[in-house]
Amino acid sequence: MTKKKNNVVEKDEVVVKFVGDSGDGMQLTGTLFSDAAAILGNDIATFPDYPAEIRAPHNTIAGVSGFQVHLGKIKIHTPGDLCDVLVAMNPASLKSNLKWAKPGANIIVDADVFEDKANEKAGYKSNPLTDGSLDNYNLIAAPITSMTKGALTELNVDPKTADKSKNMFALGIINFLFNRSLEQTFKFFEVKFKKKPVFINVNKTVLQAGYNYAETLEAIKTTFNVSAAKMEKGTYRNITGNLAVAWGLLAASERSGRPIFLGSYPITPATEILMELAKHKSLGAKVFQAEDEIAGICSAIGASFTGSLAVTTTSGPGLSLKSEAIGLAVITELPLVIVNVQRGGPSTGLPTKSEQSDLMQALFGRNGEAPVIVIAASTSVNCFYYAYEAAKLSMEHMTPVILLTEGCLGFGSELFKIPKVKDLPAINPPIAEANDKNFKPYRRNDKTLVRQWALPGTEGLRHRIGGLEKENIVGNVCTDPMNHQIMTDLRAEKVEKIADFIPNQELFGEKEGDLLVVGWGSTHGAIFSAVDELQKQGKKISQTHFNYIMPFPKNTDKIFKGFKKIIVCELNSGQLVNYLRMKFPQYQFTQYNKVQGLPFVVSELKEKFNQILKEK
Amino acid sequence: MDENLTVERSRVPLTKEDFVSDQMVKWCPGCGGHAILSSVANVFPKIGYKKENFCVVSGIGCSSRFPYYVNTYGFHGIHGRANAIATGVKIANPHLSVWIATGDGDSMAIGGNHFIHIIRRNVDLNILLFNNQIYGLTKGQYSPTTPMGSITKTSPQGTIEHPFNPGELVLGAQGTFFARVVDNNIKMMTDVMFEAARHDGTSVIEILENCVIFADKTHELITSKDLRDDHQLHLKNGEPMLFGKNKEKGIRLATAGLEIVKIGENGITENDILVHDQYSQDPGIHLMLAKMQPPAFPIALGVIRSAMFPTYDDMVEEQILNAKKSATIKSVDDLLNSGDTWEIK
Repeated sequence: MTKKKNNVVEKDEVVVKFVGDSGDGMQLTGTLFSDAAAILGNDIATFPDYPAEIRAPHNTIAGVSGFQVHLGKIKIHTPGDLCDVLVAMNPASLKSNLKWAKPGANIIVDADVFEDKANEKAGYKSNPLTDGSLDNYNLIAAPITSMTKGALTELNVDPKTADKSKNMFALGIINFLFNRSLEQTFKFFEVKFKKKPVFINVNKTVLQAGYNYAETLEAIKTTFNVSAAKMEKGTYRNITGNLAVAWGLLAASERSGRPIFLGSYPITPATEILMELAKHKSLGAKVFQAEDEIAGICSAIGASFTGSLAVTTTSGPGLSLKSEAIGLAVITELPLVIVNVQRGGPSTGLPTKSEQSDLMQALFGRNGEAPVIVIAASTSVNCFYYAYEAAKLSMEHMTPVILLTEGCLGFGSELFKIPKVKDLPAINPPIAEANDKNFKPYRRNDKTLVRQWALPGTEGLRHRIGGLEKENIVGNVCTDPMNHQIMTDLRAEKVEKIADFIPNQELFGEKEGDLLVVGWGSTHGAIFSAVDELQKQGKKISQTHFNYIMPFPKNTDKIFKGFKKIIVCELNSGQLVNYLRMKFPQYQFTQYNKVQGLPFVVSELKEKFNQILKEK
Repeated sequence: MDENLTVERSRVPLTKEDFVSDQMVKWCPGCGGHAILSSVANVFPKIGYKKENFCVVSGIGCSSRFPYYVNTYGFHGIHGRANAIATGVKIANPHLSVWIATGDGDSMAIGGNHFIHIIRRNVDLNILLFNNQIYGLTKGQYSPTTPMGSITKTSPQGTIEHPFNPGELVLGAQGTFFARVVDNNIKMMTDVMFEAARHDGTSVIEILENCVIFADKTHELITSKDLRDDHQLHLKNGEPMLFGKNKEKGIRLATAGLEIVKIGENGITENDILVHDQYSQDPGIHLMLAKMQPPAFPIALGVIRSAMFPTYDDMVEEQILNAKKSATIKSVDDLLNSGDTWEIK
């Protein structure tokens, strides 16, 4: 066979989506492709999208697992709306994902599995590969299953292994399509299968076979080139939000000198944080997998009492179970970081899908007057910095902090410019000194209203704290009405005062304009992209995105003042917007909401903003 | 005497007064809690750790006001969670001697889950289980240890629930230490607490406690002057299990289980009587002893089981030590730069 010549098209950015059955290895395929892209210098953002079932029934819509990656030579802010390339390993995954492909997109399918029975099971009345329904796309119908088998005949592997390596054939095609060498992925196989060398060979062979197949294929007339992005100098790596949270907490432990204790219970999509911290005993991490969510947080409170950087990680239903114990940490004024990787609710809801519907619970979901700091990460990378910040604020201000992230941030990945721990801000917990004659459990720093952390084992500081209301300063159990008023006010004021210690709210765009778009959490990238495009069209639109929600940054009001209209966009039915209405009744907030377990797409936001800008 | 080397000892002798807090004890007059408090104040100086190294943790209920009354580090938690909170305290700082004050509602009902799991893990701490068979602080509802048929505020026609026997629960959860005492025997309570402190692992002491207001005389069958000799078996390691006014009765292991025999009757001598081995790893006999109930049997008091098994907190420390020895990642900077990284110049 002779090599054919292709057109090579330079692209600023492309979106590739891998979809297949949940056992087809789509997460791995996507990760390998995006890691290689990152190492070659592209900026990337990824979005894994998979069902709650480990192996849902074969070839059904319910069992479709997907991984989307957005790569570019420009700064990438979101995992992308619609894809330029869709790899669909079976009819069900094509059926459920074609709507996410751009017109004219390259659709790569395993032609071998589009049989009548499978097509029917996926809900097709005829074969989509031949009935003309894909005429508006560039279809690459590759016999992936049989070609994979063929490539492996000489290696004499069992049919199951052959079937499992199909995904590497698809990855080979994709690598050709993007003019990528296979070196990086080969290297990965060598590390991953060090102990099973036969798999190195199998995967390399299949990957190469896919690449070679694509090279000779008439259907691929155009390949893409996405050059390296202009990145700031430094050392980089790829990181998911969950990993970033774990590492941010470890950094805070090292920087503060306080040993880290995690009490947690496995729950999707937060479990990776627990698993990651369990790996790092060499850094002194004590990780306790508790019998339930309540024991997770209660053990952390016990550890906090003794002077650990105490953490509990969970997702929505787990946060509900922890509510009472959060109140205990509030009244005992102990540091505690509660990480809530939000998922679709209520109840079990959509465990693997993303949502921002726990904000009200984080702010108010406890009995009594129980204020806590609430902060939210907005990118996979800044999960590192906000986890660090949560630990810092919690320990320095002796209060629980709820850090909200989201499933899509936790699972999604981005390029992370690796910081040095010594460059992170110092953390100085208010630890009481041994035999301090003036020590009282609830004596406070005048400026911050923070009490001291007196650690068991320290001479001369024996004291008792607990869930019953305590007498101001002295710390004895006290039911006096005025004392309760004082203590309630002090606890609230202490948290409000944290506004003096957090950065000002930032604004993207002009200080004054027709429309201010407000968001929080994972929606930053989509809102930014939409606002950026409209600004370039000359619209007077700006963006402000909240990471600190309780308390709000001090300049929040000043930012709102500059705009004729304010719209709050959230992946819930309107939680931040209602909180803003309560806190800033002088403004009229409109809202844009979506509760589908999916992120915003840039196009829907632009449409909404344009509509509001037009309205008088 | 074995020393628990993980907790630093006091260089000066301590007395009962060192552990008395300045708080008014607000239990009812006649409540068994007073005797328990007195025993703890007796035993803490005897154990000999520095004052600062004791930490008392509790949940909710009459029992759980305990930390306020002992001058140590103390933490009064929320209902049912004392065992979970204390687990965190001990894992985070294994150099503390941790004591839990809890009740039959706190640890058998709302905190049942934490109770069995702390025992299964064998975290090295001591649980004082105040068992008065009633909810006292909420004024007289039945608890998971209330005898079946009892009339209480929430069972006007008598309870229809099978009560837990805490000993069975402890041994079922693979407990390594279980002792039982009655609240009117301060001497035995103090001795048993001392043994609990010496034991490495989760030590559970069930204290049969009287609630004068809501379940008065609930343990009468065991504690009354007329019955106690026949209904109490005081266990001592290495000694035959004899009871009765003149130690004329004993426990023998028959094929079908334990039985009561009389010395001198049918040729029975002291040699036929079961000798207590609290250190036996196998819990078989310990379980039979824990299950004995009057009037058919005397109730077993004292240390029923005290078997050596590795503790959770020791293993945590060991894993960390081993990890540190062999680790390539020794700092967070190492971690951040581990795996696939690349430089952009």
